[in-house]
Amino acid sequence: MFGRDEKVSPMRLTAAQYIILAIFLVLTYGLWRLQVSRSDLYATLAEKNRVRDVPILAPRGKILDREGRVIVDNYSSFSALLMRDSTRNLNDDADIIADGLHMDAKDIKDRIRRFATMPQYQPIFLKDDITQDDLAFIEAHRNELPELDTIMAHRRLYPRKGFMAHVIGYVGEVSEEMLNSPRWELYNSGDVVGKSGIELEYNQMLMGKNGSRQVVVNSHGREMGLLGEKDAEAGKDLKLTIDIDLQIAAEEALGDKNGAIVAMDPRSGEILAMVSRPTFDPNDFAVKISRDQWSKLVNDDEHPLMNKAIQAQLAPGSTFKIIMATAGMQEGIAQTLHVNCPGGASFYGRYFKCWIAVQHHGHGAVDVTKAIYQSCDVFFYTLADRLGISRMAKYATEFGLGQKTGIDLPQEASGLMPSEEWKIRYYRQKWYAGENMSVGIGQGAVVATPMQMTRAISAITSGGLMVRPHLTFPNDLPHNLVPASTEPGRVSIPIDPKNWEVITDAMAEVPGPLGTANSAHLQGIDFAGKTGSAQTISNTLKAKLANGKQDYKDNAWFVGVTPRRNPELVVGVLFEGGEHGQFAARLAAQVVKAYVDKQRRQPVKVVQKPQKNVEMGAVWSTTSPDGHSDNFQAAHFTVDIPKRRLPLAVAAPGLTH
Amino acid sequence: MSRYVSFRDFDWWLLLFVLIICGLGVLEIRSATAHTKFAGAHIKQMYWIGAGMIMMFAISYLSYQALLDKIHWLYIASLASLMMVLVFGQKYLGARRWIKMPGGAHFQPSEWVKLILIIAVAKYFTDLSQRELTWPDFIKAGAIVGIPMLMVLVQPDLGTALTYLPIAIMGLFLGGLRLRQALIVILLGVMMLPLAWHHLKPYQRERLTSFSDPESDSQGSGYQVNQSLIAVGSGGLWGSAAGSQTHLAFLPIPQTDFIFAAFSEEHGFVGALALLLLYFIVLMRLTQNAQTAPDRAGVFIVMGVVAVLSFHIMVNVGMVVGFMPVTGIPLPLMSYGGSSVLFMFLALGIVMNVRMRRFVN
Repeated sequence: MFGRDEKVSPMRLTAAQYIILAIFLVLTYGLWRLQVSRSDLYATLAEKNRVRDVPILAPRGKILDREGRVIVDNYSSFSALLMRDSTRNLNDDADIIADGLHMDAKDIKDRIRRFATMPQYQPIFLKDDITQDDLAFIEAHRNELPELDTIMAHRRLYPRKGFMAHVIGYVGEVSEEMLNSPRWELYNSGDVVGKSGIELEYNQMLMGKNGSRQVVVNSHGREMGLLGEKDAEAGKDLKLTIDIDLQIAAEEALGDKNGAIVAMDPRSGEILAMVSRPTFDPNDFAVKISRDQWSKLVNDDEHPLMNKAIQAQLAPGSTFKIIMATAGMQEGIAQTLHVNCPGGASFYGRYFKCWIAVQHHGHGAVDVTKAIYQSCDVFFYTLADRLGISRMAKYATEFGLGQKTGIDLPQEASGLMPSEEWKIRYYRQKWYAGENMSVGIGQGAVVATPMQMTRAISAITSGGLMVRPHLTFPNDLPHNLVPASTEPGRVSIPIDPKNWEVITDAMAEVPGPLGTANSAHLQGIDFAGKTGSAQTISNTLKAKLANGKQDYKDNAWFVGVTPRRNPELVVGVLFEGGEHGQFAARLAAQVVKAYVDKQRRQPVKVVQKPQKNVEMGAVWSTTSPDGHSDNFQAAHFTVDIPKRRLPLAVAAPGLTH
Repeated sequence: MSRYVSFRDFDWWLLLFVLIICGLGVLEIRSATAHTKFAGAHIKQMYWIGAGMIMMFAISYLSYQALLDKIHWLYIASLASLMMVLVFGQKYLGARRWIKMPGGAHFQPSEWVKLILIIAVAKYFTDLSQRELTWPDFIKAGAIVGIPMLMVLVQPDLGTALTYLPIAIMGLFLGGLRLRQALIVILLGVMMLPLAWHHLKPYQRERLTSFSDPESDSQGSGYQVNQSLIAVGSGGLWGSAAGSQTHLAFLPIPQTDFIFAAFSEEHGFVGALALLLLYFIVLMRLTQNAQTAPDRAGVFIVMGVVAVLSFHIMVNVGMVVGFMPVTGIPLPLMSYGGSSVLFMFLALGIVMNVRMRRFVN
């Protein structure tokens, strides 16, 4: 066993020492490189690592009515979060948490399990829009349940029951598609932006700028300290031309009926009220709308999301006769036109019925005045025949048909006014004279929105002044805010004052004892207008589909003004399936009455104190003393959860502050 | 023959430096885990060190000659324990590395196998008397280390398997490896690399790729590397008093494999260099012990310990400064963990054993 004492080569031992030395020198170099020569870089990286910008969400601007009453407000909403980086066993606490937050423990455990594979710094959202009660529970258990936390967001508080929903619109998270379009490219994903209505049109102004807090965080994203803060810049409040009192009147007038009402000041184009039915509740969008709810809204046959005042393109029916009368008189035809109406007349080999034919008699001798207040079709067939399509199209286009009114709301429809050129371009056919008749009574290819008809009749009764309808006061808007529409504000169309007087006087007869809207008479108010009952499908088609379904009932139209000449108010009503124009006229009359009453400083309603606690919402409903009808009430108040300020007082409709 | 051993010959200086390093480790564990769920780990670490010292004294009293004589049995036992891990082992994080012991403790056989391998290799080369290594000797020595290494690899525990390699290399080097042999083996090894890559687990590959480009996946597997670099780098020359990367928990599980990063952040380049110096002193003191060893076996044993220790330091510190991929190899004496501490003190015990018998014969 001599080998046992054989010495190991001392040279190799020394070599091993040198190898170890070399390793240590390399490691020292590595340390030097990181800690001395490039330490600035790493210090910066470390700073970035632990300092994080946490956005402070800017509240959106409020939306006010013309008198400064709040229509759309914000409220601070808290969401309950479960932080997963805590040392506690979340599943063990789930029962206590479920109890405190009124949730299902199984649901919480499910969420914990689903989040198991997600990065730890992502908290679990337990509950959105938590109640005072929930908040108190979380605050009281800060020590026992450190994993529970809250996050605050400003949420939109819209009027209840879909009040004014179509004008206001709603907000939502900016979608991927939107971010790809130029208008939204500067927004960040996650931003809450307007998606329709005023919220969309004036998003830039309403939105405000998010601030940020520079916080020191640990690797789980939990805040460990605060370095600096940049306050959020709240969005600017937006004053609308809407008058809540009138809006309430219009909302109540339309009630559950389908259709639209729009009230405008013909002198300026300020929209005072705009209603569309059926409606939707934008509050459903303010938190998070479920897929079911959304598809229900989108697929509803009655299109609750559609603002019918500017988007429903329908045959205007006899309301179109005011444009016809104006055209006829301006062209010097209608003044001298006298027809005998036996309940119909033949043109180009086809018999056209007058609406009166159903009552088995005719209008008899008809001049332009009677033709307007009795809405005699035969007169206007004849007039249409004399005028021809070119002149009808010229006047109708001048009064804004077939083009957008330029209202400051998104997705306005342009309607259609047929003409020879139009027919050649789209049908490659020439215009037949026999088509003039249906156009002359606002049927055929003519389609218009309630807003367009309101504007046209507003212009005619105002002596030719065409205004651009709008919902905001231009002087209130910031200079950089370019309205989406560049429609010229005011155009004057010359109308002979004599013709103007004849037409407006005839319109004043419409709600009179002999007029088509005699049931809409308003005592002591100079109320004028024109009814319309427009077929939704042709008579022959109706006969074919005659299953007795009310779907094909005529649409009732009415556009009314007060006073008859140079009016202060024009009200357009579309009452779908209303059958006869006078039913629409009654709705218009309610709005006109509310307006005149307010002008005469008579409150629309007796001021009521709400019996119960104030329901959240800038406009809400209370049950009236008789117990069944809902009254809308307007209020201005704030909700501030942490400070527990009580809701402020109430300004009732008709009461100016 | 070993009646004359005395603790007068115990290497007290070596123990002093080892304990200084352990003490720094305990302080760093305390600081790094202060506000985490691992708080209190430093107390446990102190218990482990205490237990390790008892075992060190105990093993130093045994004769290493006796160990060498019974090494066959110990080697077979170690293979059996590795086999048991593969069959009965506790699966944790996808790897089967632990055997659950009665009383709730977890035992990781791959650590103590390291110690057996050091002695087994020493025994093999002691019996080998000639100055130059032949190919059959080379292959036999390789097999002694290679078999347990493969068994650990399939657990899978690449890191620990790699720590067996320096034992073989050191043995071969001191045993008279020729330059030509070394070159051939290195060449073969390089040729085998693509095959080895093919057999790596996806997470192991990720660690290797993220090492070469930590930015590429800064939230995934590159995260640890990145955070470690940031922690070390932000320490600067004198250290960052706040130690924010570690204390704000950006550095994941700082008390184990990344303890050196936490230490470097808190104490800066100066502190880290001092720590490296302490390790260097320990290693030099160990090699000195090897030079004064009474026999060939003693040299191989002590140098085996030196090889394992240097390799750990090289890979761990190399990983922290970004020179090496993340392999899960702890920093000896500092990183938190019972198996690692016990191994180090057992290894030191054997070194003491050799030293205490240097005047025998």
